[in-house]
Formats: sequence, structure tokens, C-alpha cells
Amino acid sequence: MASKSGRGALLKQKRRTGALMVSPSLLLLGVFILFPIVRSLYLSFFEWNLASNVRSYTGFGNYIEIFQDERFWNAMLRTFLYTGMYVPILLLVSLLLAVGLTRDHSYNKVLRSVFFLPAITSMAIIAIVWRFLLDSNVGLVPGWFRAIGLPVVDVLRNPSLALPAIAGVTVWRWAGFNMVILLAGLNTIPDSYYETADMDGASEIRKFFSITLPLLVPSLSFVLITNLIASFQVFDPVYVMTKGGPLFSTEVMVYHIYFKAFEVYEMGYASALAYVLFLVIIVFTLFQLRRFIRTEREMGL
Amino acid sequence: MIERRKKLARYFFGSVLTIVAIAALLPFVWMFFSSFKTEGQLVGHPEQLVPSLWTIWAYSKVIEEIPFFRMVLNSIVFAGGVTFFSLLFDSAAGYALAKLPFPGRSVAFVLVLVTLMIPFQVIMVPLYLLIFNMKLLDTYAGLIIPRMTNAFGIYFMRQFFLTVPNELLDAGRMDGLSEFGIYVRISLSMTRAALATLGIFHFMYNWNDFLWPLLITNTQLKQPLPVGLALFQGEHSQDYTPILAGALLSILPILVIFLFTQRSFMRGIALSGIKG
Repeated sequence: MASKSGRGALLKQKRRTGALMVSPSLLLLGVFILFPIVRSLYLSFFEWNLASNVRSYTGFGNYIEIFQDERFWNAMLRTFLYTGMYVPILLLVSLLLAVGLTRDHSYNKVLRSVFFLPAITSMAIIAIVWRFLLDSNVGLVPGWFRAIGLPVVDVLRNPSLALPAIAGVTVWRWAGFNMVILLAGLNTIPDSYYETADMDGASEIRKFFSITLPLLVPSLSFVLITNLIASFQVFDPVYVMTKGGPLFSTEVMVYHIYFKAFEVYEMGYASALAYVLFLVIIVFTLFQLRRFIRTEREMGL
Repeated sequence: MIERRKKLARYFFGSVLTIVAIAALLPFVWMFFSSFKTEGQLVGHPEQLVPSLWTIWAYSKVIEEIPFFRMVLNSIVFAGGVTFFSLLFDSAAGYALAKLPFPGRSVAFVLVLVTLMIPFQVIMVPLYLLIFNMKLLDTYAGLIIPRMTNAFGIYFMRQFFLTVPNELLDAGRMDGLSEFGIYVRISLSMTRAALATLGIFHFMYNWNDFLWPLLITNTQLKQPLPVGLALFQGEHSQDYTPILAGALLSILPILVIFLFTQRSFMRGIALSGIKG
């Protein structure tokens, strides 16, 4: 790196190569994410049915219609009910699994893989399996119930049980995945903390609440935020298992958007719905963004 | 005394976890056994787990009813195509963001983070319209092109490229390598493990994905497995065991990949939790 002009040429080459290497990705992200998010907002001010292809400007018409629609409020309620069941149960289950399987011996490793297994499967496909498994005609557990003379409930056709069942299936699907994240968090806690606590004669429960839990907060908050966001986007198991029914009891927001856009082709209305959902999600997303910024600072960038 | 109580407690929780694990496996076990039953066996005796008479009837039936192998091909092309292009573009962009000071780099990085925060469900309507206007509905190109890069992938690769020491890159410069040559010869070979992990992530995510291919495809000739099976299940809800056979077959490739790459895969997830 001798002369000044040599360094200048190097910098120029770095800049040019960098710009060239980043541009395909920026172009793709621009066309397929940034442009759609702007177009979505634009479309939300139009009444536009793709089937009849009649398009007219309505201003805030779609939004007004949305907030007067009972079906929208139902979808909001169902989404929040789902989140209220899914997130706490998921956190509890994955925390219990992680704490129970912390020790690194081979049997625990096998159990970890078992719990992780659902996470590698397609949600849509495994939801088909669950739909059959819960079916009162062919399901295994309903079959057992019937064999010993207990009453059989068709869970997915019951308006008060269908949504909890879907939440249960998604917890089953994601618990092992989040367990892995929490296990990584547990591994960052130094053994010496526990050894010191042992010398002071602390009980297991005391150690859990005074050492494990507080030091696991970063991992727990990551799991909490990512799953909160994901729970507002639930779609696959609903589509496969209930199609929003029975009696709209599982019609969550994304299913409602899907229905408006791709069953009745109301593109403008669906775009407005999507923006309402976006506003709900963005509150939690900002927490996630804060994490990214903090990581950047810690890395000294 | 305390030691014995501790040991007892450990055995107790160990057996509880074992029972829970068996319960968690039940859907897979049930799917496996049921796929070797006839429809009559499953409907007649749902309480029996193991088939009384093993048969591959369900497998031949699912292959006969839907173009199963075509759907396997569709899944491979879709997931494989996305993975190939995304690795190419993600790593290039990640490297530029980590190591090459180009004008507007911080703006570009913020843009990547912003796109990372936009949920697919929020943009699916205009995205569908875009593919519709490009006349790419029900084509592989329509499925793959919008996913040829991925904000998470760019961020993921950038974090790994940041750990490559600058001295190594300078050594390459001394040897007269171009900046692009340094990326290909030095940086990529040092982040091979990260690249492999990201590749598995991309492949698995798209192999399993449902909503996007559901919107873009409308014939069985282009539907990947999850869409093909779910739609078939919607129309033929009486064919229980053939659908279970199809479900099992479609999970199998991912299961094999997982068994071989389990360690690096789980480590990748753990890392995204710590770093992200």
C-alpha cells in the first residue's frame, strides 16, 4: 500500500465493487418489497374489484367501511385471542423444555431433536395431519375416547374449541424451535454464578428465579417479540384446518385479508385491511429494530 | 440426603420430559402407521395405532390421484431456485455492507433492515398484482424472482463477513487480487459454514412455504407439495390415508436434510437468537 495514488485507486475499486455487489439485492428488495408497500397504501384509497375490474377513488372510504364492519372486528378479536393463547403458552413450554434439557448429555440431545422435529415440517402439511388426528371419525385420541365410552367432541367443528386447538398445534410446531434459542441463552450464563449460589446453599427454585430468569431476559424478549409478530400473521393452519370457521370463530386477520383479496377480489379493500394489520404489527417491530440498533452499537459500528 | 433428593427430582423430571416427548412424536408416528392402512382400516378402527394389515395401497392411490412426482419437482425447482439465487445475492450484498465502503452504504443497510420488518402478509396483494401484470402467474419464474434476495439473508451474511479479519483481505490485495477476487477466494471460503446454514434455512423455508405458492400457482403442474396436498385435501376429504401417505413422503426429504445437518442448523438458529 505504498503511494497515495495507489490507495486512491484501491478505494475507488472498493467503492465500485461494493456498489456492484449490493445493487442486485437492492433492486430486488426495492421492486418486490418497498414498491409493494407503497403501492398497497395507494391501492387502499381505491375501490377496485379485480374480477369486474371497476376501479374508483374512494379516499378513506375503505378504512371507514373496515371500522364499521363487524367481520373486521371479529377478525381482530380472533387474532388477539389467538395471540393471547399462543404466545404465553409457547413461552412457558419452550422455557420449561430449555431448562429441563439444559444439561448436555446424549439423552437430552435426543429429546431436544424430538422437540425440534415439528419445526422442520411444513405447517400446511402438518396441519393436515393434525386435522385428521383431531377428526372425530378417524382421529386416534377420539378413537380411544369412543372405545372406552367417553363422549367425543369434534374439536375443529366447535366454535369455542377450534381456535384453542389451532393455537395448540402452532405451539407444538414452534416450541422446540424457541427452546433452541433459549438453550443458547442459557449457555451464555457462566457456571460460576451457579457454583457461588451452591456454596451459599441456594435451592434450585431460588437459583432459577435469581440467576436463570433475569439473565435469560434478552433471549426471552427475542422469543416474545418474534412470536408476537408471527402470531399476528397466522394463516396456514387456519386455511388447512378450519377455513376460518366454524361461525367465523377462527377467522383471523390474515385469513380475512386473504378472503377479501383472493376469494372476492376486493383488492383496494384488502390493501386497506393489510395496512391496518401493518399498523398493529409495527408497534412490536419497533422493539425488534431497537435490538438491531443495540447489536450494532455493541459491535462498535 | 440432599444429593438423593436431587437425583430423585432429576429422574422425575426426566421421565416427565420423556412422556411429553413421546406425546410430541405421536402425530408423526400416527401418520406413519396410518399411511400403511387402507381407508377402511382407518375409518373402521381409528383407535388402533398399528395397522392390522400393512399395505401400500395409500401410496399408490395418492400417486394415482394427484401428479405427486410433478409436485415434488415443483418443490425442488421452487425451493432450489430461491436458495441458489438468494445465496448468490445475499452473500454479495452482505459482503459489500460489511467490508466495502461504497457511497450510501449506511442508507443501504437501513433499507435492508426496513425491508426485514415488513411482513409478507402486508404486501401480498400488490405483490400478487405485480406478478399478475408481469404475466408470471403459475410459472416458476413468478414463484422464484421476488424471493431471489432476502433481507434476513443479507443481514445474516453481513454479520459473518464482519468477523473476517481485515488483515487477511489486505494480504489478498498484496497478492494482487481484485476486490471481487478477494470476496470469492478469501471471504467466501471463510464463511462457508454460514453460507451452508443459510442455504438450509432458505431451502427449508421455501420447501415448507404455503401462502406464497398458494397465491401464485393455480394448476397442479406448478403447485409445490404443501399447496398441492392442502388443496387436494380440501376437495377429497374422504381420502384420509392417501393424503397421509403424501404428507409423509413430502416431509421425508426435509427430514433427511435435517438429520444430516442437525448440528449446524440448530447452531444457526441459536445464533440468530443471540445476535438478532
